[in-house]
Amino acid sequence: MSLEAHVVVRRGALEVDVQLSVADGEVLAVLGPNGAGKSTILRVLAGLLPPDGGRVVVDGDRVWDDDTAHLPPHRRPIGMVFQDHLLFPHLSVTENVAFGPRSRGVPRAAARAAATAWLDRVGLAGLGDRRPGQLSGGQAQRAALARALVGEPRVLLLDEPLSALDARTRLTVRAELHRHLTDYAGSAVLVTHDPVDAMALATRVVVVEDGRVVQAGTPAEVARRPRTDYVARLVGLVLLAGTGAGTTVALDGGGAVAVAEEARGPVFVAVRPESVALYLERPAGSPRNVWPLTLVSATPHGSVVRCDLAGEVALTADVTAASFAELGLAPGAQVWASVKASEVAVYPR
Amino acid sequence: MSRRRRDGGVPAPLLVPALLAVAFLVLPLAGLVVRAPWSQIGPQLASPGVGQALRLSLVSATLATAVSLLLGVPLAWVLARSTLRGRSVLRALVTVPLVLPPVVGGVALFLVLGRQGIVGRWLFEATGFSLPFTTAAVVVAETFVAMPFLVISVEGALRAADARFEDAAATLGADRWTTFRRVTLPLVAPGVAAGAVLCWARALGEFGATITFAGNFPGTTQTMPLAVYLALQRDPEAAIVLSLVLLAVSLATLLLLRGRWLGRTVSA
Repeated sequence: MSLEAHVVVRRGALEVDVQLSVADGEVLAVLGPNGAGKSTILRVLAGLLPPDGGRVVVDGDRVWDDDTAHLPPHRRPIGMVFQDHLLFPHLSVTENVAFGPRSRGVPRAAARAAATAWLDRVGLAGLGDRRPGQLSGGQAQRAALARALVGEPRVLLLDEPLSALDARTRLTVRAELHRHLTDYAGSAVLVTHDPVDAMALATRVVVVEDGRVVQAGTPAEVARRPRTDYVARLVGLVLLAGTGAGTTVALDGGGAVAVAEEARGPVFVAVRPESVALYLERPAGSPRNVWPLTLVSATPHGSVVRCDLAGEVALTADVTAASFAELGLAPGAQVWASVKASEVAVYPR
Repeated sequence: MSRRRRDGGVPAPLLVPALLAVAFLVLPLAGLVVRAPWSQIGPQLASPGVGQALRLSLVSATLATAVSLLLGVPLAWVLARSTLRGRSVLRALVTVPLVLPPVVGGVALFLVLGRQGIVGRWLFEATGFSLPFTTAAVVVAETFVAMPFLVISVEGALRAADARFEDAAATLGADRWTTFRRVTLPLVAPGVAAGAVLCWARALGEFGATITFAGNFPGTTQTMPLAVYLALQRDPEAAIVLSLVLLAVSLATLLLLRGRWLGRTVSA
């Protein structure tokens, strides 16, 4: 039940050209900002949007899309979960879940039995007679998951399945979704703009920006070694591009950063904002990474204040609210920023 | 104080014409009610001519609505959902009967479906059946005039309905026909019902196309509006009673559509 796809779609200014490959039991997260073409990719995989090029092949020989063929969505063995559940409002929850089997020719009683069993599995036992409008957001999304999974689809497509839920519900539904995805034997593709969803649910992540894959890897790799500003911001890192020469990296934007590991050639330097320390005077001793910078903006961020700095090296520093007050900082203030070489990650570009 | 008056009050240049308009619209109906020979209503309604016209009107309007539903809902779907080229032209053509004088519609129907008409001649030669001046002609004339009301109403409902439900149905293995039957149609059912009521009311009141295409034969083609017009010349009391019945039906229609067409403005 593998899925191999090369999706090419041209829609106005956006040109999507993405290759994906999902093996059995694997969950591939497509992570990217809004408008990057993530949902377009999913619509192509579902058959709802015929692509302008490329091909979609399942199990090595079942062609869903290529230059000559287009298998319509209702003929594809897929299940799809949408952002705002899209349960049919005029049908009961059980009828919603039984809809797939019914339209695929399963007799009524068997379809209802399968639906009831799946409602049990997602923790909605006893709610089958309700209308979707009588369910909470989390319950509705669970019912939508049951509806997508009841036919044992070969490919499961999830389009921002958690983003319409409030923060607390999202946590519990994410945990349940993780459990069901672990049990699921087919190939799953999850589209999300939330890195936490991608990290928690996926076995592999591809990052899509402007219709192109800019990074691919395991969630841990992507989180540790981001390759674009977008991913770096998502995982809370400051990303600087430069050229390594031993234990010093000359940054493309000017300035240099000392690193602990040897680095040669084009590299990325990643700095965690909490490892950046701020001082009003040049710090004593001689730490190697010290820059005089200007505070551009400061925004409260949980228990810390996130300080965006400009100057020789564009950095972001997280300082505690207490030390922020102690330093008496305001936008425009001149500060010294320092970071230990051992706190700086460096990896090839 | 003065501020409150300005907020609540209506300037005289607007108020006077507005009141005149209300009087103009309501007074004739009030007059109809005032002049009604209430004691005569029972006997009048029981008279064979009136009963016949009423029955014929109800049957033909209902049949016209049924035909409109059968043909108009699919047409509305094509206008709202298909990617057919020239849809806007199609929509314009379909809505022409909405603004066309019904008499012109009747003449046009006659030219096409009459015994000497383009289609009618062929029909007559093949089957010996001539459509004009039959009850079927009444239904055809009413359908011609009333169907656009249904099409426009249902198309609006289809456009307002979330098409992503149809996407969801497709990912669940439903082809477009199943999706239409099990998802789209139930979702737009209120719009279809409103369109059907509107269509039925229009068909019930049809005069011009009917008298042109179907004639005015008691029992076969003389519907209520035709009977009213004829009765006014020889038996005004009967005309008033018949008019009252039509007024009652119209008011009932408005009540049925309340909340959809009244109250909430142009939301459909």
